[in-house]
Amino acid sequence: MQTPPITPGGDPNLTGERIPDSLAEVRSPRQIRRARRRRALSTFWAQYRKSKMGMAGLIILAFFAAVAIFAVLASKDGLDPTLVEGPRLASPSTTYPLGTDSFGVSVLTQVIQGSKISLLVGLVASVMSIAIGALVGIVAGYRGGTYDTLLMRFTDFGLVVPWLALAIILASIIGPSLITIILVIGLTSWPGTARLVRSQVLSVRERPYVERARALGGGNWHMIAHHVLPNVMPVILANAVLVVAIAILSETALSFLGLGDPFSFSWGGIIESAFNGHATTLGAWWWIGPPGICIVLVVLAFTMIGFALDEIINPKLRER
Amino acid sequence: MSVLSLKDVHITYHTAAGGVPAVRGVDIEVAKGEVLGLAGESGCGKSTIAGAILRLLPSKTKVEGSITLDGEDILSMKLGRLRAVRWTGASIVFQGAMHALNPVQRVGDQIGEAITVHNQAGEREAKVRVGSLLEQVGLPTRRAADYPHELSGGQKQRVMIAMALACNPSLIIADEPTTALDVMVQAQVLRLMKDLQRDLGLSMVFITHDLSVLVETSDRLAIMYAGKIVEEGPATAVFEDPKHPYTAALAAAFPQIGDLRFRGNPTGLGGDPPDPQEIPSGCPFHPRCPAAFADCQRTVPELYTAGAGRRAACLLVEGAHTGAAEVAE
Amino acid sequence: MGTRGYILKKMFQAFLTLLAVIVFNFFLFRILPADPVDILTRGAGAKLDDAEKAELRASYGLDKSLFPGQFMDFMGDTLRGDLGQSIIQRPGQDVTAIFGEFMWPTLLLVGVSTLLSTVLGIFMGIYAGWRRNGTFDMFSMGFSLVLYSMPEFWLGMLLILLFSTTLGWFPSSGRASVGGAYTGLAAVADIVNHLFLPALTLTLAYLGEYYLVMRSSLLDVLGEDYITTARAKGVREKWVLRRHAVRNALLPTITLIALSFGFVLGGAITVEVVFSYKGLGGLTYDALQNRDFPLLQGVFLIASATVIGMNLIADLIYGYFDPRVREA
Repeated sequence: MQTPPITPGGDPNLTGERIPDSLAEVRSPRQIRRARRRRALSTFWAQYRKSKMGMAGLIILAFFAAVAIFAVLASKDGLDPTLVEGPRLASPSTTYPLGTDSFGVSVLTQVIQGSKISLLVGLVASVMSIAIGALVGIVAGYRGGTYDTLLMRFTDFGLVVPWLALAIILASIIGPSLITIILVIGLTSWPGTARLVRSQVLSVRERPYVERARALGGGNWHMIAHHVLPNVMPVILANAVLVVAIAILSETALSFLGLGDPFSFSWGGIIESAFNGHATTLGAWWWIGPPGICIVLVVLAFTMIGFALDEIINPKLRER
Repeated sequence: MSVLSLKDVHITYHTAAGGVPAVRGVDIEVAKGEVLGLAGESGCGKSTIAGAILRLLPSKTKVEGSITLDGEDILSMKLGRLRAVRWTGASIVFQGAMHALNPVQRVGDQIGEAITVHNQAGEREAKVRVGSLLEQVGLPTRRAADYPHELSGGQKQRVMIAMALACNPSLIIADEPTTALDVMVQAQVLRLMKDLQRDLGLSMVFITHDLSVLVETSDRLAIMYAGKIVEEGPATAVFEDPKHPYTAALAAAFPQIGDLRFRGNPTGLGGDPPDPQEIPSGCPFHPRCPAAFADCQRTVPELYTAGAGRRAACLLVEGAHTGAAEVAE
Repeated sequence: MGTRGYILKKMFQAFLTLLAVIVFNFFLFRILPADPVDILTRGAGAKLDDAEKAELRASYGLDKSLFPGQFMDFMGDTLRGDLGQSIIQRPGQDVTAIFGEFMWPTLLLVGVSTLLSTVLGIFMGIYAGWRRNGTFDMFSMGFSLVLYSMPEFWLGMLLILLFSTTLGWFPSSGRASVGGAYTGLAAVADIVNHLFLPALTLTLAYLGEYYLVMRSSLLDVLGEDYITTARAKGVREKWVLRRHAVRNALLPTITLIALSFGFVLGGAITVEVVFSYKGLGGLTYDALQNRDFPLLQGVFLIASATVIGMNLIADLIYGYFDPRVREA
């Protein structure tokens, strides 16, 4: 009976990684971490690329981001919405590809300008909402005990309160402006994120390596920064995308009700002026349609990206 | 006539990454009243076979070969006949009864469902029968009104066994029935299954990765690796005198207290079972085999005779190979 | 704990939450830097002199200390059903009386839409999940995703454009014809005629979400082991679906539907505005324009109470279907 030949350093087929021959090959922890992160990112991207939904969403988003950037850069010449030149309520033509509204302003101009506001408000409000939600979730999940109970009661309360009613009251007190909308959305939509983050923190807390890190003397700050946060981040990110989608829809509704900045029109604001200008009964479809279509596309894009991210983070969803 | 007969069965799963061959040519015979133990590590294909017998695998799975139950060809059966045969011809005791029972239905109703679905009794009669089944597995009859979450792991497993017996099947397939249980409970459930098998003369296929369990319960053993059977024979003979290096390793992984072979000699097997989509050339076990030699990489071993009623798929058993082969290299 | 204990516990929790909402309602207006009287009268336009302001303050009890004086007044009033008087819109009229007038059209609208969207969404979700990746699944998935991404009031405007302005099939506004000369069956038909487009809007707006949730829940359940057990026992596919899969899949769906009811109410507000439908939503919008705070406070209270109520109902239904929950 023969024994198989021994490969120095271990048979790579069996163990997958080579044991370094000399100390010179051993890398520092930071280098290992960086290399690992790079690898994780490229695997992630490779997986993401496979999702048709995810790629479609990304493309649509890139398109609108470009439009918004263009709107910011080209704000002066030719794209100033207050320049009233055209015929009123004209249907689309070569000079005015999306027609004009009841003041004679080109709808296309308004839609392009609107992109930067809708996207900006959506993003800023989301950041606020996610920050609050993540903070509440992490503290509640990590500290546990009375902190947890109190914070969760607070969160449940936030979930029950009907957001638009609260938003209307807050906005009526503070007065209409973009800041109002951002504040309102940020302050009313965090409970969902909080709940999600908390349950993720709870599951991470139980994992053996966390216990071990604690036993090795890891203090709270270290635990949160190096163990809790990295494991909670993917969930937060996947959720963040959906939060942005909802934030944009919320901003649209609030603008429609007249709570936005009366001087700069987001897409919701355009729809509001269309409604107040009786576009529906006058049949001005070119005024109503485009802003709404843009909203649908952007929200769809975020939702699809969210689905794609969800599939990667939750592997058992992949077969769907 | 054998109760169950599998001939040259190949099963390939359909996934996004292509076909995954889980079972690659398996022959199995189970005679009436016999217990066949099917052992192997996770992913060797044994649970797949269990699912295939009643055609419970995902719809796109390719099953080739012949599977005969009580003389009937399973693979070509019409759906209506298949549904009738399910549970009455063969039933399954699933692993992890935690999840194999409907959480929102009382256990008595779940057992009774098996009976009423096959029109073996009316509602009231079924209830009586459920009661006697529960008694048979050592549970008080009032447990029929409980929900699964109100029972312990061992109790749930007993419910699964009672359910499997409900329609008096010719064959019971036990798929890792004790794996998720504590050792003490495991012993109780095994004892129960052994007694039932003996008292009712049941034919069984007992699937597990724990070889020591099989030795107690089975008449014959079949060891699976990478979708094929690598050794089979009478249970005690295979366990005490394994002819295939894998069987030896598997047996060594579950040492018996008192068995002098294992004293002071803990052994394990390095590496992992091969990815079904990347099965090594020649003998699939050769990368991990402590007794492998040059030829193992090139030749795919068949099941060679290795004694009375025993077979093993190892080139060493074939007998023709000696050191002479290496000299020729 | 048993069923009765579960019911009591849930009702008690709902009551506590309601109390919390009332307290919150109280503080909403009092924690502001501005003088509450100024806020109250901002909409009225006129500038009041100090004496009138003092009078107003006294009549609202604002001259008392915040705690316990004003607080106890507020709690007492609210719990007795006195929600104050409208300032701007119908000066002097009880808020509760105003609500009474505008309540039923909204109840009708929201009730019909919720019923239709839940039932349709659930059925479609089950069918799509069962026949995963079939043509129906793909088509309804796309359809639902688009609906989910749409602002509901915009959808309403589109429907008006199509069915009212262009095709002339339905009226574009109001809840009944102006002049109200219809009686009996004709009156009912008239109401239905006006209700149709708004109800269609709200139904479509939330149909997508319920469909997606139900489908995803069913897919989760179909991967469970007990489904294989049921098939192995020889149960027909139809019964596997009904008795085993759906019964388990409905549970998280119900919870999610209840949780999203707050959004449905929000949608009702905007849709009523689009259709000039004279219900609580339209009332809220007008109150917002006029800064009629007592009305707004009242709306907030009622809306919150409704959501709390829906959650309670969902909890009870869940408790009925899932025995595990009753134990806890």
